[in-house]
Amino acid sequence: MKKEFQIVVLAKQVPDTKNVGKDAMNADGTINRAALPAIFNPDDMKALEMALECRDRIKTENNIDVKVTVITMGPPRANEIIREALYRGADNGFVVSDKRFAASDTLATSYALSMAIKKLGHYDIVFTGRQAIDGDTAQVGPQTAEKLEVPQITYADELIAVTPETIRLKRVLQHGIEIVETKLPALVTVHGNAKECRSRHAHLVIKRKNTEIPMWTADDINPDFERLGGKGSPTKVKNIENVVLTKKESITINSDDEGIRGLIEDLTASHIF
Amino acid sequence: MNNIIVYCEVKDDGKIADVSLELCSKARHLADRLNVNVDVAVIGNNLKGLEDELFTHGVNTVFCLEDKRLSFYQTLPHFSVMTKLIEREKPYSVLFGATPVGRDLGPRVASYLRCGLTADCTALDIDENGNLMQIRPAFGGNIIATIICPDVRPQMATVREGVMKQEVFEKQKNTAVVKLNASEFLNEADFVVKIIERKLEEKKIDIKGAPIIVSGGYGMGCKENFKLLHELADLLGGEVGATRAAVDAGFAEPERQVGQTGVTVRPKVYIACGISGAVQHRSGMEQSALIISINTDPHAPINSIADYVITGDAADVVSKMIKYCKSNSKK
Repeated sequence: MKKEFQIVVLAKQVPDTKNVGKDAMNADGTINRAALPAIFNPDDMKALEMALECRDRIKTENNIDVKVTVITMGPPRANEIIREALYRGADNGFVVSDKRFAASDTLATSYALSMAIKKLGHYDIVFTGRQAIDGDTAQVGPQTAEKLEVPQITYADELIAVTPETIRLKRVLQHGIEIVETKLPALVTVHGNAKECRSRHAHLVIKRKNTEIPMWTADDINPDFERLGGKGSPTKVKNIENVVLTKKESITINSDDEGIRGLIEDLTASHIF
Repeated sequence: MNNIIVYCEVKDDGKIADVSLELCSKARHLADRLNVNVDVAVIGNNLKGLEDELFTHGVNTVFCLEDKRLSFYQTLPHFSVMTKLIEREKPYSVLFGATPVGRDLGPRVASYLRCGLTADCTALDIDENGNLMQIRPAFGGNIIATIICPDVRPQMATVREGVMKQEVFEKQKNTAVVKLNASEFLNEADFVVKIIERKLEEKKIDIKGAPIIVSGGYGMGCKENFKLLHELADLLGGEVGATRAAVDAGFAEPERQVGQTGVTVRPKVYIACGISGAVQHRSGMEQSALIISINTDPHAPINSIADYVITGDAADVVSKMIKYCKSNSKK
């Protein structure tokens, strides 16, 4: 029996794209990130809950030490979400932050995250949200699983069972559900349908308020520097367009009986209806 | 070499997913411009007969791997087949549907090959240097980004369902079916994840294929008024769609939601009733062939993409439309 069980949660601090105000876009069509509040990515919050639930179950059913460690990659202020995770019950957390990560696409991001996970040494399960609301790509989870060479279970919305060796999950399909089981280690992406995360614990808020959150730089994760940031990112942005409506020639129809009857007759005559 | 490979998604009922046929059609147009072939990879159990359908959608070569263990999609075996096939064929581009399957498989394959992958594209094109332009909305639909991968091949993309047109082509002169050998492409370790149970719910409401969509927004005012939309849709042989606000208000079922977080539709006619036209909604319907907008606000954003604009109360206008559709059909 294993003596230590390590659960990793990958989380991201994201601009709140669901509440985009008028000042969210700069005149040149770029995003004014300063105008948007930064939040804990919602799917990642659900991944944290599933991780904590796993920890609780394994601890109760097996006499082993289980730790939940949250990793985020981002600017130094992303430590805000690590602290939030500690308040809700995570055991450890750190920020991976370095200017050399700038302009990373999902490939370079997953490479950096996988190196950070490997630096932890031992891990059993990696949880992360299905996708982040600022990119909606849902790529970093599967890509990190490939880099770690572990199986991936995507779109999990319910933890069915977990043992020190296996995990069984319900996952959401396009038109139905599936229950799957795999040997550990494995990576799980958590669907937005999953259980909401538990709230902050008052005693944890007091205890963790001043906990120092370590920050790792690129040097700390022993990477191949060619695979980081813009250099390690095959995708390049060629063009960004602000969504502007191009005015189309439209025909105005009167809303009275005459107008509507005419429209219906025209559309029927031209076989559109 | 340098062909376009489409990953063909096979549904549980053994049929090809619509999005895969949409991708074959689009790939045919791109391939003709590049003077290359469209190849398809189809992986599963009992795939007989699928090649004929693929050939009518512009495909040259069908790479086919059949194995009893592959009745249902699983990440690792499909990953093994796709990576080995791509390493062998060295394509220009590989396209997946942006379905749960494509978005599970595509990133893992791209990561292994260390190539670029753009998620959830709504348009594809070729730039002046021969790069695939992968166009997608980003940042909650507020911007449209064009992504290219100038230095790495293949260029990979997942493409949203319903945004590309399914087309029928004359069968290509050079077509072939190439069987792939399971023992060469699969390992025992690919089956480490076990499917314990699988339950499919046949989706009752599916507005994607409807030729006419009568869609209602929050401006319809109440659930009662949505009945008028159903009546008109039934008369025209169409379906009822809705905006997110209307779904959130309980006027319509979530399956009817059109837009960024709902489905993308491109019907012959889209009748927008009491819909102001937020960008998230427009991105799911703006490719409709003909758009009729009915709104009390003459400056509603949707009017700028509409072919016909009717300024007035949607419930009142729809009632009149029902009346004249009925009288017209009697003639």
